[in-house]
Amino acid sequence: MKTLLTSKFAVIRDPEKCIQCQVCVNQCSFNANYFDAEENEVKSRNENCVDCQRCVIFCPTDAITVTNAPLEYRYNRNWTASIIDDINKQAETGGVLLTGMGTDKDYPVYWDHLLLNASQVTNPSIDPLREPMELITYLGGKPDKLEIDDNTLELKTKMLPQVKLNVPIMFSAMSYGAVSLNVQKSLAKAASETGTMWNTGEGGLHSSLKKYSNNTIVQVASGRFGVHSEYLNAGRIVEIKIGQGAKPGIGGHLPGEKVSCEVSLTRMIPQGSDAISPAPHHDIYSIEDLLQLIHALKEATNYTKPISVKIAAVHNAAAIASGIVRGGADIVVIDGFRGATGAAPKIIRDNVGIPIELALASVDSRLREEGIRNKASIVISGGIRNSGDIIKAIALGADAVNIGTSALIALGCHVCQQCHTGKCAWGICTSDLKLTKRVNPEIGAQRLINLLRGWSLEIKDILGGLGVNSIESLRGNRLHLRGVGLTDTDLEILGVRPAGR
Amino acid sequence: MKIDDMTAVKIDACGIYYRELNEKLRQLITNGVENIEIENVCGQRYIGTDLDSRVNIEIHGTPGNDLAAFMNGPTVTVHGNAQDGCGNTMNEGKIVVHGHAGDITGLSARGGKIFIKEGVGYRAGIHMKEYEGKKPVLVIGNTAQDFAGEYMAGGIMILLGLNLAEGEKHPGKFLGTGMHGGVIYLRGTVEDYQLGKEVGIAELEQKDYQILNPLIAEFCEHFDYDNEMIMNRNFLKLYPRYLRPYGRLYAY
Repeated sequence: MKTLLTSKFAVIRDPEKCIQCQVCVNQCSFNANYFDAEENEVKSRNENCVDCQRCVIFCPTDAITVTNAPLEYRYNRNWTASIIDDINKQAETGGVLLTGMGTDKDYPVYWDHLLLNASQVTNPSIDPLREPMELITYLGGKPDKLEIDDNTLELKTKMLPQVKLNVPIMFSAMSYGAVSLNVQKSLAKAASETGTMWNTGEGGLHSSLKKYSNNTIVQVASGRFGVHSEYLNAGRIVEIKIGQGAKPGIGGHLPGEKVSCEVSLTRMIPQGSDAISPAPHHDIYSIEDLLQLIHALKEATNYTKPISVKIAAVHNAAAIASGIVRGGADIVVIDGFRGATGAAPKIIRDNVGIPIELALASVDSRLREEGIRNKASIVISGGIRNSGDIIKAIALGADAVNIGTSALIALGCHVCQQCHTGKCAWGICTSDLKLTKRVNPEIGAQRLINLLRGWSLEIKDILGGLGVNSIESLRGNRLHLRGVGLTDTDLEILGVRPAGR
Repeated sequence: MKIDDMTAVKIDACGIYYRELNEKLRQLITNGVENIEIENVCGQRYIGTDLDSRVNIEIHGTPGNDLAAFMNGPTVTVHGNAQDGCGNTMNEGKIVVHGHAGDITGLSARGGKIFIKEGVGYRAGIHMKEYEGKKPVLVIGNTAQDFAGEYMAGGIMILLGLNLAEGEKHPGKFLGTGMHGGVIYLRGTVEDYQLGKEVGIAELEQKDYQILNPLIAEFCEHFDYDNEMIMNRNFLKLYPRYLRPYGRLYAY
């Protein structure tokens, strides 16, 4: 069938600069650049280009530009190019449209409508270059009160297991199989050197990463891949994955061709077989059932590890989070609808879930109202782009954030949204060994460490400006935030005042 | 396996909360105890959950949900009925239930053996897997409710239908829905409409009997059944028609 799809991008090669070295051909994993042996010339197939910018950056003579292909369809507010293309793709295949990354749709980003305060005259700001500034965060349930022995001054209250983070920034769950082992190595090494956590996702734990177990969150999802007692005990935190911001309410299929020999080892399934994660956990149909799995995992790890429950930000997230905390979870992770994925149906990625800012504010408020906010830490994720987003999240009530896309960008990702194809030219979201070696775990880890360092310095600067010297003093302190360009309802949900008031 | 009464440590579970009971089990096993007998069990959850030794545990009464979840080695015998989630994500070991078991028996099990004398609830053997030398076995004496073997990705499930009269079909529907690995041996009859659309049906071959015979023998040994009586009725083999049931779902 002849495709009716048009090229989205144009690869423009400057003939003056091009030396026909074929680096672009070798770098392109989408077959957009090729060598025409008959004409002895490097050429491009625009229809295959995904605008990942790999050839642009690796061209030794700077000869390549990739641009949007000239607008080909007549302007129409309703029938945009992407709508027309999607219909054509489905008319040609009869399938569900798949995509990668987080939604690229024009939904409001509430972080950009929140502004932070700073000290002026009436209270002094603090200079983080001269004074200690505390970013250490402890994840885990906190007691209702502390009892201290009068004589020995020792703590009498028995504390639940706590996990110390040097920075309130962790790496989101990205499974081996979805991302490459080199990506996981980079994340694990960076987490361990920075003193934070990385997350295995639901694909099991590769043996080469066991040495980072003190900085590892192991995930238990509906497929239960690679879940066994050694795995559960290898992690510092065990996370039950109920949902994901990019695809709330649905499961996942890792196609058999991605289940390589090594992936089969960690998922503990035969090579080449589909790894199907059903939409629900079939032992969880209620909060009571969730409580049961939380406690099964506590039993399995002898109450030594916090149990985390990750849900997608959905309409009634606050009520669900309350149930999760009452079910005994020590950490609640909420993933907003801008969160990314290795593969999800596009219609779900772009239409299901709610913004993380609103979900976070409503969950934090609800848990406070019910007097159970101390019983669990709140971690949020889904489109955290910089330290400004992080500090606003903490002021809204989060204990820490997870970063996925930002971390992958640090490793080379150019957000071309082709994760689902398995052809990632940056070697991130692929299991093709030719491509995966494009991520060097040593360099990757260093880039991530640098990113976390940069963000930490910025967070300290902002804290100093606010006149507080500890991230704890900012947590849930919404008086430090003001809204701009928001409706009264938005402000009410966010629990912040409008700027100027 | 019969426990030698002289070496078995007895626990009276009457009124003991599950957390305390399991703590006690962990302690005993750390001290090298190999045979444990628990009496008056009444709904305590997670028995055997985090144990990974070769210990024998005999349970008298009714253990609670998630019996032997994530279990990695022990043999658990229940003189009574098991509830939901028995053998949930089990890796290794054996569960023998002298009664019936509830929903999701053997959910996501990767290894080990589960023998249920009577019937099981809904979604038995759902998403069982197999991996290298590990191949979970779930033998059910009577019948299973709907969705048995759903999403099954490996292992062996045997439905004996011992409570069914000659010619009476198994009651469960949506048998093997989404099945993409493993095998179900079903003694007696089942109608096509009761099967998931991913399931094929065939007569047993010689190699199937080589798998089936020792498992039936083991079942008979546990529950004192006559092997010949069981093998006298016809068996059917239910298998996944596709290894990639959802391969053609997407437009890339």
